[in-house]
Amino acid sequence: MINNQRSFFFNVDWITVFIYLALCTIGWFNIHAAVFDERHPSIIDFGTNYGKQFLFIIISMLVGAIILLLESRFITALSPGFYGITLLLLMAVLVVGRNVGGNQAWIPIGGGFRLQPSEFSKFTTCLLLARYLSGVNVKVTELRSFLIAGAIIGVPMFLIMLQPDMGSTLVFLSFIFVLYREGLSPYFLIIGALFIALFVSAILYSPLAVIAVIAGLCLLIILMFRKNKRVVITMLTGLAICIVFVLSVKLIYNNVLKPHQKVRIDIVLGIKSDLKGKGYNVNQSKIAIGSGKLWGKGYLNGTQTKYAFVPEQSTDFIFCTVGEEWGFAGSVVVIGLYLFLVLRIIMVAERQRSPFSRIYGYGVASVIFFHVMINIGMTIGLVPVIGIPLPFISYGGSSLLSFTLLLFVLIKLDSNRMGIV
Amino acid sequence: MNSFFERRYIIAGIFIAIIIILLARLFYIQIVDPRYAIYANNNVRRQKIVYPERGPILDRNGKVLVQNVPFYDITVIPRQVKPFDTVEFCKLLKIDRAEFNKRWTKAMKYSPNLSSIFEKQLSAQNYATVQERLSEFPGFDSSPRYLRTYPDSVAAQFLGYIGEVTDRDIKRSKAYYRPGDYIGVTGVERSYEPVLRGQRGVQNLMVDSRGKPKGHYANGLFDTSAVAGQRLTSSLDINIQKLGEKLMENKLGSIVAIEPSTGEILCYVSSPTYDPNLMVGRERGNNTAKIYANVYDPFFIRPIQAKYPPGSSFKPLSALIALQEGVIDPSTTYYCPGYYYAGNQRIPCNKGESHGLVNLSSAVAKSCNGFFCMVFQRLLDHNGARQTEASFINWRANVNKFGLGSKLGLDMPGEGRGNLPTPLHYDNIYKQGRWRSSTIISLAIGQGELEATPLQMANLECTIANHGYFYKPHLIKAIGTQNVIKKEYTEKNYVGIDSQYFEPVIKGMQQVVDDGTAVRSKIPGIVMCGKTGTAQNPHGEDHSVFVAFAPRDHPKIAIAVVVENSGEGAHWAAPIASFIVEKYLKGSISNRESGISVDYFEKANRLPDTALYLHHNGFKKKTIKADSRKNAIQDSINKQLKGLKGASNRNKKDSLYRFLAAAKKRDDK
Repeated sequence: MINNQRSFFFNVDWITVFIYLALCTIGWFNIHAAVFDERHPSIIDFGTNYGKQFLFIIISMLVGAIILLLESRFITALSPGFYGITLLLLMAVLVVGRNVGGNQAWIPIGGGFRLQPSEFSKFTTCLLLARYLSGVNVKVTELRSFLIAGAIIGVPMFLIMLQPDMGSTLVFLSFIFVLYREGLSPYFLIIGALFIALFVSAILYSPLAVIAVIAGLCLLIILMFRKNKRVVITMLTGLAICIVFVLSVKLIYNNVLKPHQKVRIDIVLGIKSDLKGKGYNVNQSKIAIGSGKLWGKGYLNGTQTKYAFVPEQSTDFIFCTVGEEWGFAGSVVVIGLYLFLVLRIIMVAERQRSPFSRIYGYGVASVIFFHVMINIGMTIGLVPVIGIPLPFISYGGSSLLSFTLLLFVLIKLDSNRMGIV
Repeated sequence: MNSFFERRYIIAGIFIAIIIILLARLFYIQIVDPRYAIYANNNVRRQKIVYPERGPILDRNGKVLVQNVPFYDITVIPRQVKPFDTVEFCKLLKIDRAEFNKRWTKAMKYSPNLSSIFEKQLSAQNYATVQERLSEFPGFDSSPRYLRTYPDSVAAQFLGYIGEVTDRDIKRSKAYYRPGDYIGVTGVERSYEPVLRGQRGVQNLMVDSRGKPKGHYANGLFDTSAVAGQRLTSSLDINIQKLGEKLMENKLGSIVAIEPSTGEILCYVSSPTYDPNLMVGRERGNNTAKIYANVYDPFFIRPIQAKYPPGSSFKPLSALIALQEGVIDPSTTYYCPGYYYAGNQRIPCNKGESHGLVNLSSAVAKSCNGFFCMVFQRLLDHNGARQTEASFINWRANVNKFGLGSKLGLDMPGEGRGNLPTPLHYDNIYKQGRWRSSTIISLAIGQGELEATPLQMANLECTIANHGYFYKPHLIKAIGTQNVIKKEYTEKNYVGIDSQYFEPVIKGMQQVVDDGTAVRSKIPGIVMCGKTGTAQNPHGEDHSVFVAFAPRDHPKIAIAVVVENSGEGAHWAAPIASFIVEKYLKGSISNRESGISVDYFEKANRLPDTALYLHHNGFKKKTIKADSRKNAIQDSINKQLKGLKGASNRNKKDSLYRFLAAAKKRDDK
């Protein structure tokens, strides 16, 4: 038993745990800087957000420790149960939820704290997806399996869309990497990228010009492969779909998207620059990060963040504080830590013997990466403003706890990789 | 591990690629693009101007003439204004919507990013109500300003006033001033503006996103503190200034008193005057209009801008020049039959009554016209009648040394030069070489074209009191707490008369007061030397003039008093002068043997008929602006050209050249 215990501790991937702790600490200090309040200078004052974040970190670490002590089988077995509970919570939030900032995403749980079910649904969806895809006869390449997998992802997505929380909804798209790893045709990725490109260019340029360009490209390819009938047919069908898509983009853009979403896209694409109104956040955020220069202004010296020029600076726009006070150097460190964490998770996933653990690992990597990409991208004006937190760093108990669950379950599974799940 | 094992590299590759894009973008905005640092600075940095307190002005004994009271300006930075309830705001400032729009446009026009003044000069009481609610209107702020207040309401024309800068002032100051700043407009406020205004300070504040100040930028490294304007100590004595203004109430004219041993002006009265406090605060515009509407023109600075024929008060000067030139000596006598014939021109003397045999002193004492006409003719004719012009130029130069006909360089804007006629002037009237001493004999008794400002008259008395020199008259005695005195005020200006010649003249002037024309104004216990004068006024009653200095030995005060439209100098100007002198020397006024009293003179009303004065005023203003010499030349050229119109071409050319050459020659002299 003693031997077992020792091996258990050796089997825990301490590197991941270390990165996790580093990110949490960075987050805590940056929240302190972002909402610094001269009347409450202490970083562990529970009347302030940084004090609360400290509490959340302690709680998360306890939860993480508990997970490490749990039986792996318990987690796998209960994953449909967890999934079901989150679905119920997601439905409940639509009825009893508290509306904050236009999203009905929070369930008050007393003591001034609120629960955000959509954060936890990422974790439970990941679990159930891993459990389903690791089934004996399940192959993503088969339509039936693909559809069931799609449903597992789609149901919580749909419920979150009703809140409506666009950011969290889009996070579920990151599972496409999991499906791809498990055998989904690469065309899904390529076509997905193609459609994003078409969407953007159809907004930026005249649809006729875009159609002319893609038609020209297709004709070139057809001319090159005119002997091969299949290529010609595929290209022509593709071209037809593209033309229809491009023509409908304006329609979708003007009628389906909400005005604020439209404006956010316009701002990223540089069509509009409403620096006083809708573009204020991003502009101030860019100013904050840009003014950090190479070494930053120093801890608690960021004027943009300290004097509240950037809205949401402790949650979605926390990266502004990093950029402003720690400069490019600090940004590289933080982004580097994330990249290292994600690559480490992929490595951990690949060394699993059980497909469940591997698939789950990819889910964790995809979700974390997607958050990082969108969040940082939005603060520097590369993607439209989508309200999702920066993992482990943004202020918020639900977010931190759900990412902790996500990560520590993987660490737990990894520590048992020698055993049979 | 399954068959799609190698796909992990693709996924990792995609992740790495996206991270590289993020880092590239970060590199661009954080290191390549310098704009963001500037924007961040602009976000938090606000420059706040700290206005220094304007220097106070004291009288010669340290009593305050002008000091500052705080008022509050409401300022606005249009860019920082967020939508607000304009109706409420208008109500708070008690303005209407149209006015609000007007001011808003003005502020926008100046700069949307800089602070400009929206509402001016709220008094401390009015500001209290506004201050409470100002935070509801972001973008609007207040800044305290110090405005002038005059505790004794005296010496308005000396002190002048401050007003908002004009566009021209801003341009001329190379943008030192900003719209809404105050600048001295007239008087000492204008001439000592750079000393009084002090130095503005700048505070670099940091503000949060709501514009709330959050401390100093870089711990105040770039802040400069305001340096208060320097204190000025004026030479005025507030006691005699007050008395002078009271005595001149309901009269037109001026009083100038100078301390001969320093050139410091002790009393500087211009009547009618106005309360300088009217030129301060929000009612200033209305008050200004009212003062402008006054036909007697209180803004006209009579001590330095009005010019009067000095009349008989010029006689001592005439005597001095004659003594110096050697055409008479102190024992020269003259028999006055009650008139004087200059050529065939009869000049009456003493209302036609004979003065009998007079010498220099008694001629001064009795104001004998005949004696001085004789002296003047000797002066101009002693080199023969052909040399009249040369002698006149010599005489003119001698008179000019006393400061007549040119500016004395008083430390006040708007000084006039009086009028000392040039030979050219007479050439134009009588043609060149066609005038003689008899033609211009009225100059002998201070009449005719000769005109002097009250300041010049008083300065003349200083020169006599000093036996031949004067200090440049000035109103500001010392600058700052160190009491710096300008060097030019410590230099003696000699007038080219030997000091021995002064005694007989002074003796005569003493007799004027002891038992001469001004005997009614004799001051018990003080020997005053004076000279009455009656300045001819073509527009109404003559002006009453009196000049004097006292005491006879070691004179402490020299004075010139002009009371317009009041007849003989002895009746009005001399008693007023005697009260001022006595008050200055003794501190109080004793009962006079002659029975004249301050009370009577204070209450007397000598204001001329308004209708008469309107005409007078217009005439006067025109002559003030004329720059006599240059204009006279220009005028005469025009006249010559006109006269030559009929003449043949060749003649025209020749005579024009001759004329221009002559004009140039005279000019050079």
